[in-house]
Amino acid sequence: MSVLPPGFEDLARFSEWILPTERERWAKRLASTMDELQEFYDAAFARIDAAAEYLKAVPYTDDMPDPAKHLLWLYCSLVTISFAVECWRQPYVPDSGASSLDAVVEPAI
Amino acid sequence: MPHFAKPAEGSWTEHFGLDTEPIDYRDSIAPEYYEREREAIFTRCWLNVGRVEQLPRRGSYFTKTLEAAGTSIVVVRGMDDTIRAFHNICRHRGNKLVWQDFPREETSGTCRNFTCKYHGWRYDLTGALTFVQQEDEFFGLDKSDYPLASVQCDVWEGWVFVNLDAANTTSLRDYLGRLGKDLEGYPFHELTQVHQYRAEVGSNWKLFVDAFVEFYHAPVLHVRQAVADEATKLQSVGYEALAYDVDGPHCLVSSWGGMSPPKDLTMVKPIERIVRSGLFGPWDAPDIGLTELPPALNPARHKAWGLDSFLFFPNFMILVWKTNWVLTYHYWPTSYNTHVFEGTCYFAPPKNAFERLGQALAVQTFKEYGLQDGNTLEATQMMYESRTPVQRFPLCDQEVLLRHLHTTVRRYVEAHA
Repeated sequence: MSVLPPGFEDLARFSEWILPTERERWAKRLASTMDELQEFYDAAFARIDAAAEYLKAVPYTDDMPDPAKHLLWLYCSLVTISFAVECWRQPYVPDSGASSLDAVVEPAI
Repeated sequence: MPHFAKPAEGSWTEHFGLDTEPIDYRDSIAPEYYEREREAIFTRCWLNVGRVEQLPRRGSYFTKTLEAAGTSIVVVRGMDDTIRAFHNICRHRGNKLVWQDFPREETSGTCRNFTCKYHGWRYDLTGALTFVQQEDEFFGLDKSDYPLASVQCDVWEGWVFVNLDAANTTSLRDYLGRLGKDLEGYPFHELTQVHQYRAEVGSNWKLFVDAFVEFYHAPVLHVRQAVADEATKLQSVGYEALAYDVDGPHCLVSSWGGMSPPKDLTMVKPIERIVRSGLFGPWDAPDIGLTELPPALNPARHKAWGLDSFLFFPNFMILVWKTNWVLTYHYWPTSYNTHVFEGTCYFAPPKNAFERLGQALAVQTFKEYGLQDGNTLEATQMMYESRTPVQRFPLCDQEVLLRHLHTTVRRYVEAHA
């Protein structure tokens, strides 16, 4: 169960976006419809100021508490989909048909 | 009228003694030419294969396949803390010495010895053969005759380089020249938060270098990543670098970078305004102990400076950003019309979870741009390989470093004919 910090219960319905790696976040972006991306974007963006304040108070350490980690990963997903919503209006990068760029090293958190 | 001063000759191209004729790209479409590049360049030049932080302890090792040089190597930190490199082949029957599960994939870890999976021959971390299974069964075998085949290896500012030419007599520092020397002192070792991306690209390796040593394409190819007003302005102004530099085979483009932070928040996308990050990196630069820029950085000493892109020939680019992070590109040829691209972002470790988010946005932006660039290259390669009558292509002064790259490659190939 991916618990978010107190005060962010309204985002619990997007817990499927709490993904620890960019590879998973990217795969989910490509597998989503624009309606799904827009719905998540609108809901997460509406709470982004509060999330930013919360995350600023969380030291970046290996033993970061799970709820904080989950909120960070949820907003990393917002970052991942932001280009699809703000620029491309489609999940894929336009004209990127045959190319891929895969994460091979990324931070544990 | 240029926005930024050009050399007295009137152009960077003429300043560096390069011709101004249209160029042809036959150096990027011929299998025979690629074979000559492998011989003249990739088996003779110093090649960057990683950083010392990838070898944190005595016994730490990683493997690296260098297809263009025709080998796989293993790089290891010895018990004496010296970093060494070896061809990754057992001296007994030629099995790949260090690999895990899949012989074609890279591996890394920590060990005291290298033991061959096939017959158990064992080597210490200096490459000496220390154990032969059933040694008595061999015919006058002297273990000292069968050490691992070593590869020249040296470290510059924490970057680990190898040279596959056993006869090479040019030291790494001499090879990196003035640009390398003038970059020394930059605190690369502080940037230990690493994100690395890999792509298999359907183009000659030089085409991706071409794409990243000019920013003439940026206002056009990447226009949809800017907000509308900014995009219009970028396209009408176009792109000019602050300065270029050429030093032997190596080169540099120095660029402005007013977007980090932007003068006006409406210039950037909504997520950037909140997360305070974007193409030019997190806006709030971390303290990495940089009191004075090394002389190679911001050579024009311009107040609008944003980043410098160094190409250390043949295939290693270092981008140093004003906001205290670094991006590297490696282009590893796999055939005349394919290569593996690696892009690696190096940040200071985030102090809090919000800073981690800012780094994520910088990395994401790099990825979105990189995906556009990669596919464009395949489209270019395809048409170079076609039999269209169009064979000569004009390059502008903002594409001076492409001209320098292709000229340098030709010189190396001709010198080793």
